[in-house]
Amino acid sequence: MKPAPFEYHAPETIADAVGLLAQHGDDAKPLAGGQSLVPLLSLRLTRFDHLVDLNKIGALSGISRDNGHVVIGAMTRHRAVELDPSIATSVPMLAAAMPWIGHFQIRNRGTIGGSIAHADPAAELPAVAAALDAELEITSKSGVRRVAAADFFQGTFMTAIDTGELLTAARFPVWGKGSGFAFTEFARRSGDFAIAGVGVGLEATGGKITRAAIAFMGMGPVPVRATDAEKALLGVSIASLDAAAVARVAVGATDPTGDVHASAANRTKIATHLAEQALTRAASNAAANA
Amino acid sequence: MSEVTVHMSVNGTARRGRVEPRKTLADFLREDCVATSVHLACEHGVCGACTVIVDGVASRSCLMFAVQADGASITTAEGLANPDGSLGIVQDAFRQCHGLQCGFCTPGFVVSVTAFLQENADPSLEEIREGIAGNLCRCTGYQGIIKAVQHAAATMAGTPTAMTTSTEGN
Ligand SMILES: Cc1cc2nc3c(=O)[nH]c(=O)nc-3n(C[C@H](O)[C@H](O)[C@H](O)COP(=O)(O)OP(=O)(O)OC[C@H]3O[C@@H](n4cnc5c(N)ncnc54)[C@H](O)[C@@H]3O)c2cc1C
Ligand code: FES
Ligand code: FES
Repeated sequence: MKPAPFEYHAPETIADAVGLLAQHGDDAKPLAGGQSLVPLLSLRLTRFDHLVDLNKIGALSGISRDNGHVVIGAMTRHRAVELDPSIATSVPMLAAAMPWIGHFQIRNRGTIGGSIAHADPAAELPAVAAALDAELEITSKSGVRRVAAADFFQGTFMTAIDTGELLTAARFPVWGKGSGFAFTEFARRSGDFAIAGVGVGLEATGGKITRAAIAFMGMGPVPVRATDAEKALLGVSIASLDAAAVARVAVGATDPTGDVHASAANRTKIATHLAEQALTRAASNAAANA
Repeated sequence: MSEVTVHMSVNGTARRGRVEPRKTLADFLREDCVATSVHLACEHGVCGACTVIVDGVASRSCLMFAVQADGASITTAEGLANPDGSLGIVQDAFRQCHGLQCGFCTPGFVVSVTAFLQENADPSLEEIREGIAGNLCRCTGYQGIIKAVQHAAATMAGTPTAMTTSTEGN
């Protein structure tokens, strides 16, 4: 099918874009990489009178460092982040997650901001943002605000972005020495949205875990942090980590639903196994980084 | 809604058209630029049949609007042939290695494989499998396609022996 008619706007500045979004309210939608929005338009699952194309706004693309964070502009393509060697050392969990997103042709167009704003429960980047306590920078005519990932993802495809607002950047904290990360997932075919996935970050000082982050995707309407398991990990010797036991505790934080792809029980089993793998890999990466 | 004028270079030929903003790049290429190698199956990004190269980047033409490609340089499967009209390296490899049966998926494959080999001239079997994962084929079972990618890579490197390389053992 073809999309319903719309009026096309291609502003060149953030100010013009938020001006258009303010002017047209709920009748307008930002168009980023189009890899999720255009299918929805073409299937007539949604329609808007105005599309505000962000692709001409140069200021929305790019990767920079600011105050212990890597700041990624909303229109930075997935592929640019995947191929940027600095991301592999500064935000390794993000680098590990990138190749799991769709196919290279999708990553060529898809954007960091689009994935986070779209908030698909089975998407990688919301889980990474949740695991790392990323901050999301939201801009409107009245200014810029920052929202913590924990408050940003509010439900399936629902975020803290209000009408008239634009996600302008994502800020990922850079962890210190002794940190190690892993990201893994399970999908039936390469490039499909995953049945379940998990990101793990561990930081150790003198062999003892001082910081832990575990987030699941596909295991609920929003990314799920395994806070009990994270707390239980503090002070534990990284060399004698019982990954299987921690994984079982971690998955207890989730409450998945079954669908045509996998039952809830099957998802839980898969997620437990993935968490064990990711904990083991993150621990060995942390030890290697000591 | 009002139409807008777009200009683009399609396989080296300057094209101009009046389009509704909702017209996809795929439809513009097929209907206004005689680039009917651009095949449409799913029209929502999954199958890869509509893949074209936009300013050097392999993209789904069903997920872009023609207005977004205003001023861009587009290459479709037609543009991968040699100037004399004979098959280009990737196209020829698909023919040599039985990389197609009905041929519906083939234009998307040859475009994707061309872009893939530009970034990775000497891919492993594993990398080839990953590289073609964004294109679906309902006929071949992919073995001939994998051979075609190996053959094209070898031809580009000047050692066209891969045609007989086994894809077993993975
Ligand atoms: C075949 C296929 C496979 C895929 N597989 C995966 C996968 O495995 N994992 C995955 O995570 N994704 C996958 N995707 C989706 C892909 O990653 C999308 O690129 C991404 O979800 C949306 O990014 P986009 O830039 O294309 O956004 P768009 O599609 O342009 O926009 C998506 C939504 O976000 C809104 N939006 C975009 N940018 C902003 C902004 N800056 N501020 C406010 N709102 C904004 C739009 O209005 C729209 O509602 C797949 C897509 C396809 C077609
Ligand atoms: S028609 Fe574009 S990906 Fe299927
Ligand atoms: S050859 Fe028929 S779909 Fe691939």
